[in-house]
Amino acid sequence: MSSRVLKFTPAQIVIHVCGWFPLFITLYQVLTGNLTANPIQAVEQRLGRVALYFLIASLACTPIVTLTGWREPIKRRRALGLYAFMYTSLHFMVFAGVDYGLDLPQLAKLTSEKPFILLGLTAGLIFFALAITSFKWWMRQMGKGWQNLHRTIYLAGIIVVIHFAMARKANIATLSGDIIQPLLIGILLAILLLLRIPVIRRLASGLRQKLNSL
Amino acid sequence: MENKLNSIKPASSEITPESIYFSRRDFLKTMGFVSAGVLLAACGPRKSTPVSTASDKSESASTEVPIFDEFGDPANSFQEITNYNNYYEFSTNKQAVARLSSEFKARPWTIEVRGLVNKPGIFEISDLLKFEQKERIYRMRCVEAWSMVIPWKGFELGDLLDKVEPQTSAKYVAFTTLLDEDQFPGQGSNFYPWPYSEGLRLDEAMHRLTILATGLYGKDLPNQNGAPLRLVVPWKYGFKSIKAITRISLVENKPPTMWNTIAPREYGFYSNVNPIVDHPRWSQTSERRIGEYGRRETMMFNGYETEVASLYSSMDLSLNY
Repeated sequence: MSSRVLKFTPAQIVIHVCGWFPLFITLYQVLTGNLTANPIQAVEQRLGRVALYFLIASLACTPIVTLTGWREPIKRRRALGLYAFMYTSLHFMVFAGVDYGLDLPQLAKLTSEKPFILLGLTAGLIFFALAITSFKWWMRQMGKGWQNLHRTIYLAGIIVVIHFAMARKANIATLSGDIIQPLLIGILLAILLLLRIPVIRRLASGLRQKLNSL
Repeated sequence: MENKLNSIKPASSEITPESIYFSRRDFLKTMGFVSAGVLLAACGPRKSTPVSTASDKSESASTEVPIFDEFGDPANSFQEITNYNNYYEFSTNKQAVARLSSEFKARPWTIEVRGLVNKPGIFEISDLLKFEQKERIYRMRCVEAWSMVIPWKGFELGDLLDKVEPQTSAKYVAFTTLLDEDQFPGQGSNFYPWPYSEGLRLDEAMHRLTILATGLYGKDLPNQNGAPLRLVVPWKYGFKSIKAITRISLVENKPPTMWNTIAPREYGFYSNVNPIVDHPRWSQTSERRIGEYGRRETMMFNGYETEVASLYSSMDLSLNY
């Protein structure tokens, strides 16, 4: 029995608890009516935020290895990415199915007229493609193409942060208004992407090895 | 679409004539606001704050005289109106504003009226309460595409302006919120051009639907709703209805306003509720009435078209958004 439990690393337990907790707490709050006076919007926005957090976490895995030498995050990337996809799907379902009541003409109009919606949908489709090809079988089938496909997550990350910023009453161009959270997430994303540039990555891991050998 | 419109607009025979909805306040007055108070009890038993006196009176409060707007839609509950507030001086979290504003000092309070007027002055809030206080049941349409029906108490801004006698050169009215970072933690953020400012054209300000609200549901205005005094312009998006006003200036030129300064392409000076002239990022064609499951079609001028359209008859509303 105990040997079975030990098959999960602490990181795995944290990830899976964090993966399901927002869903259960939200369901609980829906049932108890404790989600502001505007619960549909509250749920919709929260699901989107949680998806964003998991996306950032999945994008943080490689930089964590670079900076710390701790290799486990690489193995957890897929789970984090799939939780990001799960919450993105729920976010989309609440938006289309509940907020707009599957009013397809209205949804089509929104998507064609509002860049904010189109960006969200684009990122969602990228997540979908990555999620269904996330299994080992696909990795083997696609070979080099798999890696190229999965690199579109960087693009999706940028799109999602813009989508998040556009949801706020703020001006992205002048960085004024309710911009602080999208700005912080954007800076974090930029750091995570920069740490993948080979030169920077070698510098960072070289620095780490030097520090370790001191 | 046709069906949805019908569900919003009742047959014309069902629409309360305006004269009656304006006089509902008299009815409420004669009831001593008992009905409103009892209604509050139904909404707020979980909150101990402003409803405690009424809360013991009735168990079956939901059957008491409800309040409706002229389309027959019920007013939102006191609980909803006081726990879902856009008030960035306290927080961008609408649910947190009630708690964060609980210590706000709305008394003593003075409002300076200055600029192009013959009789400028500094008014105590108690002076302003001497203007005839009226009950106005208004729809509030937020630019975020949600809406409420709110039974305000207040006086017509025109009453105050008449008293200070605007000069003929005065064309606009500028409003300013209190600047006090100790009381308004949000004003510590450098991302906004504090203090909050708003403006109206003089004829908009003089319109009888434009009020300075001093209360809601017959009670003093709660802090989270802009105590002690806020503007309410029901045909404009909610952000025009500036809260905690300390200064009113009559000016010749169009004054700067906060959201217009932040994002001029998105928040026009006029900001009339308009489902046709769309916000560049978000759709303004529909809205969710707080407490309802589906969305409603948004109405031109938020349903006040017959009263206010003449103010804009010579204007292109797609340019003057």
